[in-house]
Amino acid sequence: MLSTSNTLRLHLESALAGRVSSPFRFQQPHPVTASAGIAALDHLAGGLPRGCLTEVFGTLSSGITSLLHSTLAARTANAEVCALVDAQDSFDPAGAQSAGVSLRQLLWVRCRNLDQALRSVDLLLHGGGFSLVAIDLSGAPARLVRQIPLNFWFRLRRSVENTSTILLVLSRESNAKTCASLVLRMEREAARWSLRDRLYPSRDFHTPASLLDGWTTTAEMIRSSAQRTNISFIDHARSDGGPNLNTDVVRFPLRSNHFLPADSAQNERT
Amino acid sequence: MPLAVLFAAVYVPNFILQAIARSEPELRTQPLVIIDGPPPTYQVVAFNRIAELLGVARSMTKAAASQFAQVTIRSRCRIREEAAHAALLDVAWSITPRVEDAAPDTLLLDISGLASLFGNENEIAREIAARASAFGMSVHVAASSNVETARIVARALPGPTIVPQGQERRFLETLPVGMLSPSPELADVFDRWGVATCKALASLPLLSLSECVGQEGVRLHAIASGKGMRPLLLAEPAQHFEEWFELDEAVDDLESLSFLLGRLLDQLCARLSARALSIAAIHVNFKLQPAFDNAFDTSRDLLRVKSSARTFTCNLELPAPTRDGKLLLKLLRLRLQSHPPGAPIQTIQMTAQSSLARVTQGSLFIPTAPDPDKLELTIARIAAVVGEGNVGAPQLLDSNRPDAFHVQNFSMVAVASSGSNNHSKKESETNSRYHASPTIALHAFRPPVPARVQLQGNKPASVFFHGRSGKVIHASGPWRTSGDWWEETPWQEDAWDLEIVLSGESSPEQSFYRFSYDGLLDKWFVRGVYD
Repeated sequence: MLSTSNTLRLHLESALAGRVSSPFRFQQPHPVTASAGIAALDHLAGGLPRGCLTEVFGTLSSGITSLLHSTLAARTANAEVCALVDAQDSFDPAGAQSAGVSLRQLLWVRCRNLDQALRSVDLLLHGGGFSLVAIDLSGAPARLVRQIPLNFWFRLRRSVENTSTILLVLSRESNAKTCASLVLRMEREAARWSLRDRLYPSRDFHTPASLLDGWTTTAEMIRSSAQRTNISFIDHARSDGGPNLNTDVVRFPLRSNHFLPADSAQNERT
Repeated sequence: MPLAVLFAAVYVPNFILQAIARSEPELRTQPLVIIDGPPPTYQVVAFNRIAELLGVARSMTKAAASQFAQVTIRSRCRIREEAAHAALLDVAWSITPRVEDAAPDTLLLDISGLASLFGNENEIAREIAARASAFGMSVHVAASSNVETARIVARALPGPTIVPQGQERRFLETLPVGMLSPSPELADVFDRWGVATCKALASLPLLSLSECVGQEGVRLHAIASGKGMRPLLLAEPAQHFEEWFELDEAVDDLESLSFLLGRLLDQLCARLSARALSIAAIHVNFKLQPAFDNAFDTSRDLLRVKSSARTFTCNLELPAPTRDGKLLLKLLRLRLQSHPPGAPIQTIQMTAQSSLARVTQGSLFIPTAPDPDKLELTIARIAAVVGEGNVGAPQLLDSNRPDAFHVQNFSMVAVASSGSNNHSKKESETNSRYHASPTIALHAFRPPVPARVQLQGNKPASVFFHGRSGKVIHASGPWRTSGDWWEETPWQEDAWDLEIVLSGESSPEQSFYRFSYDGLLDKWFVRGVYD
């Protein structure tokens, strides 16, 4: 019986050769993607895939928290409901609002340890309905994050499969391995300081100071199962100086606006 | 000849017993006896058919009733009777808003014009009986064009009874005159006259009857003749929904308590559902068993009863009204797991705050969002893990104090209102707005990490925190802020942005930090790292 089915399979494959490749292999549909809020990243990875696990990792000041804020801003601006599991209670609501996040549409889970974070993200994914569930493990001790068993990441991946939820994991090291459909590594490059010293009337009251303008961050796509061509939601693809679609690395600037009042930050954006 | 039925009467036979059996349905299949009266002279005031077959009789003492095998004896509970009466009213108001609260066990309804909703008068009567049955009560329903006739027939005859117009007298004539509820004096007069039935009363000459027994006799004569017309005294629909459960033995484990809570919630949900309302908040008040001090009062050598409060309250506010009993039970269980009452429970009083049912209009173009009911349960479960107040939507406070925010309840209603404003914008517009300039975010240290800072020319030159030392490459600051000096908790700080090379461990690490100098405490802190 087995030899008969194998023979039949071979016969069919040879008959369909050239027209259908791998007729007996399940074709995974390409996931729908959503904007990460940063044009360069969207061009690099085609956006964040829905129904998949996306892992972003990088060292301190690499820009992963900035990416989180940008993604939350883009998703909440699209009237979507997001959840953030904050493993070490490190989310800055004021900064997020300045970045454009609608805080009303954000469910923030403030955890004290890794165990609380993992249990919370499990509950959130089983509850369902969120457009984006982000878990920020970047503040958790790397030793503990490394000890998360691989089957936990598999379970998370299975939980979001066939849903429209983006599962975004932020950490200092890559941990989800093959469970992640998209893995991005971020790294900081040179910082920009305004070196024009400011002289104030009273030296005791204010000292001459420079201003942190921002820095450039490099994002490298380590793994991606999504198709880069699926970037239809990006309507502002620039021909002049836009990212090169043939590389796995993009650079983009992060600018500082944290000391500007929220209103002026809004005006500046618009 | 077409019927012109206008009124329906609903009567609950053996109301005292049904009020008990409503909250304990398993008692319906057992011989049940209800006792009442001042202790120790308890007497039987109600009993069911099974107990009657065993030989239980009214006014029997508790001791005598307890001689019968397998008889379950319950004390009369007026609180449960009130709840049963309120439930009966909800049944009536689910049919028509024109209801007279005639007695705890009797309601009168104006059913004119309901044919288009329920069908003919027979179907209306069946509908009333079915709805009452769903509430755990077996009722008699009678419909007539004469309100008093309907009331008396409902008390006398089981099952839906329709009295055709013009035949009221025929339906009443065989009924005993006692069904008309005459005063004791008048009942004595009728007894002496040999007037035993309504027919006999109706055949008496009206003028002579008036001269002998006055206006009450005239009124009863009219009722017995099927002419007792009067307007209804309408009751105002109540917005208060309350259920009680009193336990013979105190309960101290959550499983048993959940069973009782579930039963009360089901009753409340059924009542609100009948009124097309939903539950916006649940308040549960537990009466706890008195606790005794373990220690003796050495001054008096007496065991003292604790003076601590003997009640425990559990409140549940729902962001979106619901009448899903299972959901509410899960939420209450989670709340009680995190905040247990601390003593065995004797009485449960559950009050529901009603609200109009949530109406949602779906759309093909609105992004998917969590189901409000499911989300509430998810949030409650997460709150049990991370603690109350650690899950919700962040809200910035109107203050320049660093890290000034609080976590408010996450509500899909608020999300919907904010989302509807945003949704008109296309995603492409949004993308172009945010793509242009991603901003640096702060990865906050909460609480701020104490640090030691060495200054050089009023600028930080080197820092020490988290057991590591670092050299400052660039410094930006101070950004001086202060406030609340008029309050009890003033604050004043100088913020610095520092680019630091941290030494130690494996390799030097260069990062951007936000430091702050607290002018009131004269201390340095690390507020976070730019990331």
